[in-house]
Amino acid sequence: MDRIDKNTALNLLKNSDLLGLGERADNIRKNLHPDGIVTFIVDRNINYTNVCINKCRFCAFYRDVESPDAYLLDKDEIFRKIDETISLGGTQILLQGGIHPELGLDYYTNLLKSIKDRYSINIHGFSPPEVNYLAERHDITVRETLLILRQAGLDSIPGGGAEILSDRVREVLSPKKMRSSQWLNVMEEAHKIGMRTTATMMFGSVEEPEDIIEHLDAIRTLQDKTGGFTAFIPWSFQPRNTELAQKSAEAWGATAVDYLRVLSLSRIYLDNVRNIQASWVTQGLKLAQVALRFGANDFGSTMIEENVVRAAGVSYRVSKEDIIQAIKSAGFKAAQRDTYYNLIKEFF
Amino acid sequence: MLDSIRNKVLSGQRLTKEDAIALFQSDDIFDIGRLASHVAEKKNGKNAYFIVNRHINPTNICVNRCKFCAFSRSKGEEGAYELTVEEIIKKLRKGQRSRVKGHGFSEVHIVGGLHPDWPFEYYLNMLLTIKKEFPFIAIKAFTAVEIDYMSKLSGLGLEETLVELKKSGLDLMPGGGAEIFAEGIRNKLCPEKISGDRWLKVMEIAHRVGIKTNATMLYGHLESIGDRIDHLLKLRNLQDRTGGFQAFIPLAYHPKNTEIGGFYSSGIDDLKTIAVSRLVLDNFDHIKAYWIMLGEKVSQVALLFGADDIDGTIIEEKITHSAGAMTEEGMTREELIHLIKKAGKIPVQRDAFYNAIWTE
Repeated sequence: MDRIDKNTALNLLKNSDLLGLGERADNIRKNLHPDGIVTFIVDRNINYTNVCINKCRFCAFYRDVESPDAYLLDKDEIFRKIDETISLGGTQILLQGGIHPELGLDYYTNLLKSIKDRYSINIHGFSPPEVNYLAERHDITVRETLLILRQAGLDSIPGGGAEILSDRVREVLSPKKMRSSQWLNVMEEAHKIGMRTTATMMFGSVEEPEDIIEHLDAIRTLQDKTGGFTAFIPWSFQPRNTELAQKSAEAWGATAVDYLRVLSLSRIYLDNVRNIQASWVTQGLKLAQVALRFGANDFGSTMIEENVVRAAGVSYRVSKEDIIQAIKSAGFKAAQRDTYYNLIKEFF
Repeated sequence: MLDSIRNKVLSGQRLTKEDAIALFQSDDIFDIGRLASHVAEKKNGKNAYFIVNRHINPTNICVNRCKFCAFSRSKGEEGAYELTVEEIIKKLRKGQRSRVKGHGFSEVHIVGGLHPDWPFEYYLNMLLTIKKEFPFIAIKAFTAVEIDYMSKLSGLGLEETLVELKKSGLDLMPGGGAEIFAEGIRNKLCPEKISGDRWLKVMEIAHRVGIKTNATMLYGHLESIGDRIDHLLKLRNLQDRTGGFQAFIPLAYHPKNTEIGGFYSSGIDDLKTIAVSRLVLDNFDHIKAYWIMLGEKVSQVALLFGADDIDGTIIEEKITHSAGAMTEEGMTREELIHLIKKAGKIPVQRDAFYNAIWTE
């Protein structure tokens, strides 16, 4: 099928009926994944610190260094969490924190090395804002920073921090955070040195439909160049406990219908990204099941631990068995995958 | 098959049992959803209804111990409770304080366990007291199961029992206790509960004495697709005779803390069940996507699969939450309006009888 352009996409996002859009996305998903397999990964989020200098207005997780509930996990604690992850069949940790002003590259390389010394586990870590911060702090290039981190044990990079890749929106949401071009630059450099990454989009806050299209287009354009994105993960802004929601009575967050619409459009627009994740963490299992018919082919992570969305008042606790059951009862075959979407265990 | 079903629906012909089975077995949720939406729009336009209401569960003490229920307790058991009429009034007063137009309760929904000691007069007194204090709140109370139980307490027949309740202030009855009519499954789920036939009998008499009711179906436990369809067809038959059902509400089973356990129904099954219900129950005006049980997210999407109502503010929901509901216990009027508008529908605040009392 022909690639759709930005205008067509905008029109679909604004004016199409949801069922028509969903059906189109569903057909694309079926063509890309004709075996009816829906994958998931067993992993754990390890948020090594909640201290962050960026203080994004949509975030309920960050704290100041001096805050009484600021934390920085010590190595033993991190090891304990990894032990638990491995014992539960986990193959990956998602290592991500705030931007802690007292931590330099040494901290990161040391942490990565000590994890890799002990464990054979994929480290999916440090979203572009963290990488970019380190490059600036040490006055080295992003490429150099990535090479140093990879040398120390970093395997792949999560797509967080993208929020909406439109500087107009970033100015409102996260004025201190990196601009869109910088986010894209970190990803491009990572892909160039052979690191795979995911891409995310957080919508449902203050963006306009045009901003969503700009975001999707930026991802598609970079993917044409590098092919380095393994998956695209749209999720919706969770308003509770955030500065943004307190300041704006209109910041409701996206509804289920909005979510399915954006998800479907993502599947249609990103014809060069193979996998689209449903976000049960933000949508709940039932809507995530529905999402599997609106373009998604992956159920994300079992999330042995998740802290960031939980801080915004949303907590759907589920086990690996719940995930498998949810995939099956939605009419699909469930399979555990690794970071790179290779199947490692089938449950059918 | 779907083509012939589409043609039937578009030309207003009634669907058969075989049609309904084919719909359930079809994977084409988009076509089914569109067809159901078409029917919903023919009946209610783009309207999606909600109500400012409150639930009250007078007691969780119940002589029946249904195996899918996580709410009921025996007398004296830990967690057992019973509300006095004064406590019920207090709960209602709290919500009525708001003087903003349209924000007071239009309806109170009262269902509870079958209490072993409460006399029939307790219920009559409850109704009378509520009506006296809040003459403008419609009382939607007591499932067919409770009515049957009360007819034993009163020693009156079903009809007279219902007439007495109506005289004391009962306006409407909810549709609970229907569960699934299929006898074999029903015996496994709730052996002590009245039979499906008895449930239908109570409803028939209620309609005859002028009490409108809802109807429900609990699905996603042990039943087959055939059981679901038989259930729908029995409701459709009775509705042909009485016209007394206002809304049909498919209820998604919740497995936590229940004796039969099992799993939650899938979101896809929930949407399909809404849509098939809309298509089969051609003589029902309203199909409700009860957000407490489906979750607010699936309920909202259900408005595009044939539902035209998402229930209301509820305030305090105990029964489904005992069985692991992941929803809030209540929603604000503004949240309900927002969900409906974002689904592309027109929010219409209704009273208990589906009269519009507010719209934008």
